[in-house]
Amino acid sequence: MKDLTKTLRQISLSAWFGIVVVSVYILVAFFAPVIAPYGETEIVGGVFEPWSDEFLLGTDNLGRDLYSRLVYGARNTVGIAILTTLLAFAFGSLMGVLSATIGGWLDQLMGRSVDVLMAIPQLIFALLLLTIFGTSIINMILIIALLDSTRVYRLSRAAAVNVVAMDYIEAAKLRGEGLGYLIFREILPNITAPLVAEFGLRFCYVFLLISALSFLGLGIQPPTADWGSMVRESANLISFGEVTPLIPALAIALLTVAVNFIADWFLHRSTGLKG
Amino acid sequence: MTDNDLLLNIKGLRIEALSDDGWNEIVHGVDLTLKRGEVMGLIGESGAGKSTIGLAAMGFTRDGCRISGGSVVFDGEELLEKNEKQKQALRGSRIAYVAQSAASSFNPAHRLIDQCCETAVLHNVLDRDTARDEAVELYEKLRLPNPGEIGFRYPHQVSGGQLQRVMTAMAMSCKPDLIIFDEPTTALDVTTQIEVLSAIRDIVRQFNTAAIYITHDLAVVAQMADKIKVLRYGNEVEEADTRIMLSDPKEEYTRSLWAVRSHRSVEKPAVKDSDVPIISIQNISASYGSDGPRVLHDVSFDIHKGRTVAVVGESGSGKSTTARCLSGLLPISEGCILHNGEELPISSKQRSKEQLRELQMIYQIADTALNPKQRICDIIGRPLQFFLGLRGEEKKARVRELLTLIELDPDIYYSRYPTELSGGQKQRIGIARALAAEPDFIICDEITSALDQLVAEGILKLLERLQSELGLSYMFITHDLATVEAIADDVVVMQYGKVVEAGTKHEVFRPPHHPYTELLLSSVPDMNPDWLTGLLQQRAAMDGSGESVKRPEASNPKESVCQSN
Amino acid sequence: MHASISSLVLNRLLLGVVTLFVISIIIFCGVELLPGDLAQEILGQSATPESIAAFRQQLGLDRPATERYLEWLLGVVSGDFGASLANGREISELMGERLGNTLFLAGMSALISIPLALTLGVLAALYRNTAFDKGTSICTLTAISYPEFFVAYILIFLLAQTGFFPSISNISGDMSLMEKAYRTVLPALTMTMVVTAHMMRMTRAALINLLGSPYIEMARLKGVSPARVIVRHALPNALGIVINVIALNLAYLVVGVVIVEVVFVYPGLGQLLVDSVAKRDITVVQACSLIFAMTYVLLNLLADVLSTLSNPRLIHQR
Repeated sequence: MKDLTKTLRQISLSAWFGIVVVSVYILVAFFAPVIAPYGETEIVGGVFEPWSDEFLLGTDNLGRDLYSRLVYGARNTVGIAILTTLLAFAFGSLMGVLSATIGGWLDQLMGRSVDVLMAIPQLIFALLLLTIFGTSIINMILIIALLDSTRVYRLSRAAAVNVVAMDYIEAAKLRGEGLGYLIFREILPNITAPLVAEFGLRFCYVFLLISALSFLGLGIQPPTADWGSMVRESANLISFGEVTPLIPALAIALLTVAVNFIADWFLHRSTGLKG
Repeated sequence: MTDNDLLLNIKGLRIEALSDDGWNEIVHGVDLTLKRGEVMGLIGESGAGKSTIGLAAMGFTRDGCRISGGSVVFDGEELLEKNEKQKQALRGSRIAYVAQSAASSFNPAHRLIDQCCETAVLHNVLDRDTARDEAVELYEKLRLPNPGEIGFRYPHQVSGGQLQRVMTAMAMSCKPDLIIFDEPTTALDVTTQIEVLSAIRDIVRQFNTAAIYITHDLAVVAQMADKIKVLRYGNEVEEADTRIMLSDPKEEYTRSLWAVRSHRSVEKPAVKDSDVPIISIQNISASYGSDGPRVLHDVSFDIHKGRTVAVVGESGSGKSTTARCLSGLLPISEGCILHNGEELPISSKQRSKEQLRELQMIYQIADTALNPKQRICDIIGRPLQFFLGLRGEEKKARVRELLTLIELDPDIYYSRYPTELSGGQKQRIGIARALAAEPDFIICDEITSALDQLVAEGILKLLERLQSELGLSYMFITHDLATVEAIADDVVVMQYGKVVEAGTKHEVFRPPHHPYTELLLSSVPDMNPDWLTGLLQQRAAMDGSGESVKRPEASNPKESVCQSN
Repeated sequence: MHASISSLVLNRLLLGVVTLFVISIIIFCGVELLPGDLAQEILGQSATPESIAAFRQQLGLDRPATERYLEWLLGVVSGDFGASLANGREISELMGERLGNTLFLAGMSALISIPLALTLGVLAALYRNTAFDKGTSICTLTAISYPEFFVAYILIFLLAQTGFFPSISNISGDMSLMEKAYRTVLPALTMTMVVTAHMMRMTRAALINLLGSPYIEMARLKGVSPARVIVRHALPNALGIVINVIALNLAYLVVGVVIVEVVFVYPGLGQLLVDSVAKRDITVVQACSLIFAMTYVLLNLLADVLSTLSNPRLIHQR
């Protein structure tokens, strides 16, 4: 308990900002139907109506309430990004730790495959694969998770290799311990800190990539409310000096900034960097 | 003594370090005075604040430290009142520094000679060409091989002992009034240490430079210093002239430091020919990788029940490699290893659980040997469960028993994490983990070399007690001959992957020696301040008579490559 | 003496060639993996079996995959990427000018961002933990968190609304260089903001990492001034890392233009790629992906080789 209050006191100002923002997003995502005045895909007014008491942020190109769609977007955009990141982590970190622990041919094979996958720029690769498999939410989640797991693999392997070099792992191996014990009892507890920080950073990356794809019209498809495609749908308004299209973009930016602030603070703390 | 003679006058120096709970004082008001041309030895265990004080003498603190009180007067001027620019002008030109690890303290991107001359040129003491000529002269004075050429190499192309002398030359380049030597020979092998020590001593005397010599090794400081100051936890314990300090220390703490080296084990009865050794290493050879260089050549020796075999050698001698072969981590290409007369499978993976249990290992660095995320009870409890099938209350009781056995209070330490323990306590947990498996043979790999002498002494005594109570056999790997004298029954001397000499401690340590054993033995510094002078005279005389004690067998391959190209 | 460094470089080059080869196979095979029949996909459900068969023959789908791959690869090497499925035009013709435009945009952004980022990175490392450092840290962290289109629209909102710069960068080959540059300012600025933040953070981190080394402390204890410590003692050792940082971001500039090109309707390769993905014009997507991947691989390769060459331990061996 004393440790907890001490940790709380040491959280930096920017990290506090991050924590507050992320909490707000989570609340909004959970209580979207309560908060939003209209349904996600409900057509409630005319096309591109201006801001008013009835429609807080006006309506979009089909006459849907932008504020409601923004609220629902928290669910869809963030939810999909978290799901994708989780998938990438489950696969990438498992393979990374396995590679580091077993070594030999598995490590070689994984290393070379990841090298090739990473040699193709991610956005381009994603576009290529989406063309081949067709644009759907499931395809997008799987493709991005696979591509992003290469980064997770690299990090978790590097972290695990450092741990595997420790004498306590040698001691466990000399005892004749099995792979499961080595991975779950000896190695994983020692690499959780970098993995947690990386989760924040990877989430930002995935979140931005999905938003970018949606913005290009190749990610989350209508009528699902999503911030990236909302920017795209209302982009033309910007030429008329309207700020409306900037709002969903701001929603994206704010969340990534917040998560980055938290991850940055966590990374500092866990690596003991003072600089 | 007039004030004019005083070069350095530190009064009431206080230094604070930043930790999680804010600034903590680590040096609590230390005084230090040094006359021109005088050498002071600063001695103490880790955490005594020796390096911090040494750096403060230059008006410097590391990141996360600050000087919070006192004064540092150098040649009549207060350093702590000077600004960064003024301090910069002093550093290198009038006060120089020689760091512990020369290999990492030279910039890998520049030639040695450029780094040596940088100080003199920057401070406008010499122009570039003169600085170069003088550097070469200094190399010569420091007895570096090929003085005209060695400066044109990059740091990674030169061996550690030579780099340390080049760094001394760099410190000397502006003929400073004061040099801080921060453990300059700690990372070196004993035989290399002699060369560096004598070179440093001669050059400091020649230029009448004052020096602060920081070390944890009493015998080394005895050779180098005119007076010695003993520090502990950032406080001064006592200060006296070297000879007085060595013959008649006043304080209890100092006496305990002095007493460490006098410990001797009880002599055990001789081994009978009919006894089957618990471990018999028979003509093993090994190399790293399938086509890598061979690192062990035809190594053989026996370890008998209840005895301690010390395997001694310098870095690269193959002593740790032998341990890796023994534990089945490195495959042997020839020969075999017998355990109680039965051949052990080469790889640990092929050994039975019983075989794994009976052979345990204790590591050099306790920090990396204990999983920081596991509690003490889990670390010691795991082998109990794994090998002996103990669970629940039974396991708990046994862990407590083991903690008591290694002299740690189970009520306090049972559920702690390794990071909450001191170095010596961690090493004890490592011992308890090995004991938990109820082995009959334990490999101890340099287990005391990372510890302070008093703590190391405690560990050695514990091991001896355990041996007499439990009848354990040890293979004790070390580079420190004092440790060998303290604990060994039998000694194996190794060099370049071969056994040079083997036998009981008395056989090996009593003349006539093998030339390499002789070199090793004679290189270990004595507490006698005249030891280095005597040794050098003796060696010079032997060189004159044509009987060289220098590097018998082939000379170190690394050094010879450096000297020839 | 230098035998091993040249073999190291040669090794890396060879690996690069192999990587490119594998990438070409992946890109080619991707199309083979298409669920269902490509001809059917393109012509739609209503197509007659005869027309599908004819189209298959036109595409060469009736021949074995290895044969078609070799033919495609030979074509690519000689600059012939085949024809677009959507409009039948030569792909090399479609891409020619657009590739030039994309490189122009990337080059312009690089010219601004690299010197800016390196200077800021060195300054932040020099004045680390000061208000300047903390301020830039928050700014750059914020900048890398923004989606590119957000930055782009903010710039449009601030700079194009007020009429300083055009919000649509429709450049063409017959414009003068100045005119081109003027119209490219906003997209270039967008890229600069994103890339500079990245590069600066990496440069700062690399330098600070080095500043903890014992040889830096030694330099300070020799009385070397802080600026000289950075320039003479830290930078030569950070060179390898800095080269990698630059290459990584150059690669990002070339590849990351996709979004920015779409926002500003800039006639570059990225926009072509996005349009073709939407139209499922596979041959064009293939060609664009290959060009992007090649640029990326070559830049990384160049960085690897250069940073190997800048490592004193490797150049001056024992």
